[in-house]
Amino acid sequence: MRAPMPRGPLSERVLASLTSGDVDPALPDEAVRAADASADLLVDEDVQITLTALYELHHQGLDGVDDRLEWDPTLLRTRAVLEERFEAQLRRDVAVPDDLLAELEASTATEGLAPAVARALFDLTSRDEGPSLSAYVARKATDAQLREMLVQRSVYQLKEADPHTWAIPRLQGVPKAALVEIQADEYGGGRPERMHAALFARTMRGLGLDDTYGRYVDDVPAITLASVNMMMMFGLNRRLRGCVVGHLAAFEMTSSQPNRLYGNGFRRHGYDADVTWYFDEHVEADAVHEQIAGRDLAGGLVEQQPALRDDVLFGAAACLAVDGRVGRHQIESWTAGESSLRRPVAVGSPA
Amino acid sequence: MSTETAPVVLTACADGPILVRGDVEIRDAAGRVVPRRRATVALCRCGASGIKPFCDGSHKAIGFRTDDEVPRPPEPVPAPGDGPHRDAP
Repeated sequence: MRAPMPRGPLSERVLASLTSGDVDPALPDEAVRAADASADLLVDEDVQITLTALYELHHQGLDGVDDRLEWDPTLLRTRAVLEERFEAQLRRDVAVPDDLLAELEASTATEGLAPAVARALFDLTSRDEGPSLSAYVARKATDAQLREMLVQRSVYQLKEADPHTWAIPRLQGVPKAALVEIQADEYGGGRPERMHAALFARTMRGLGLDDTYGRYVDDVPAITLASVNMMMMFGLNRRLRGCVVGHLAAFEMTSSQPNRLYGNGFRRHGYDADVTWYFDEHVEADAVHEQIAGRDLAGGLVEQQPALRDDVLFGAAACLAVDGRVGRHQIESWTAGESSLRRPVAVGSPA
Repeated sequence: MSTETAPVVLTACADGPILVRGDVEIRDAAGRVVPRRRATVALCRCGASGIKPFCDGSHKAIGFRTDDEVPRPPEPVPAPGDGPHRDAP
């Protein structure tokens, strides 16, 4: 994708290193300084766009940047410094409720670990707190706000499923088969036109938006980048395999009904089935995926490696907490009559 | 599609749908084939789905529970000539 625009001194230096190929040896120290000076890394524009650029080296790469920089030790150290603090903040901010843990212990004794973990995850994801973006979209969002929502989501949805795919070779047996079963469906079951990222691109085109991968990265705020960067961090670090599994489970468990509501929002504005296909597809798909993800993937992993139980729950809770902030930002901006983006999107304009 | 014949597996999920894995035709009440759009499908069993016969996650909203669904003991193997109903005296 196109290299993003810097948002502060750290990303300025990181992007200069990337585009010149001459990696500044002081980057890790700069990253420490930037992260330690930040009051809230999740909304730190400079830190989050830096992470986005560094992670993209492992996915589609950045235009004009040497592919070999993916494994440059200085850049890897820079990323590690940011990840260490990003993870630490998430672990401080995100809590798994005590009563849920107590109930998990009790149901483990009666029904076994895998079903108990699935039950705990369904319980956790049903504890809704705060306003719901999907309900807002279904009832209130204007046409311009529908476009904004697609722009916000495009940062992840055009690479939908990719961050969790990193976990496949780190798993074995039951949970591995479960993850492959989910991901194969995400990737269209062998039909590229049914790939969820391709369906999302179709929806974007239906609203006159540019579906180029990474096209709107520069337009979205840090919190949106943070939700994707968190998945990337969980996915790329084998140590955090429990977190990426929990994240996927929570993501799937909070998807079916919200997608029905998103679809309703677009239908309310007169958009046809071609535009709502992406959302309609998720209503059915994610009702399947949430079952596989709860019992076979998350439950199956914890049964094999009980020490990962708390990371699975933390990954799920982190998904809910961060995506909750993403949604709240959009609702609050729109309720105040403002745009949720960093700059207004000129619909239909070339990249 | 593989021509191998593997058994179709139905999994009754706790408080949720029935997962169907394997090559099986699904028909509606009128006998029409319901198109299957994915390898593994979830069939509604709470009755609240808006996309029946498939599940759309509605069971969670209505608090559908399957606590009463306890594993059944194996049935005694009937002796040859035994009828289907042999009530205890």
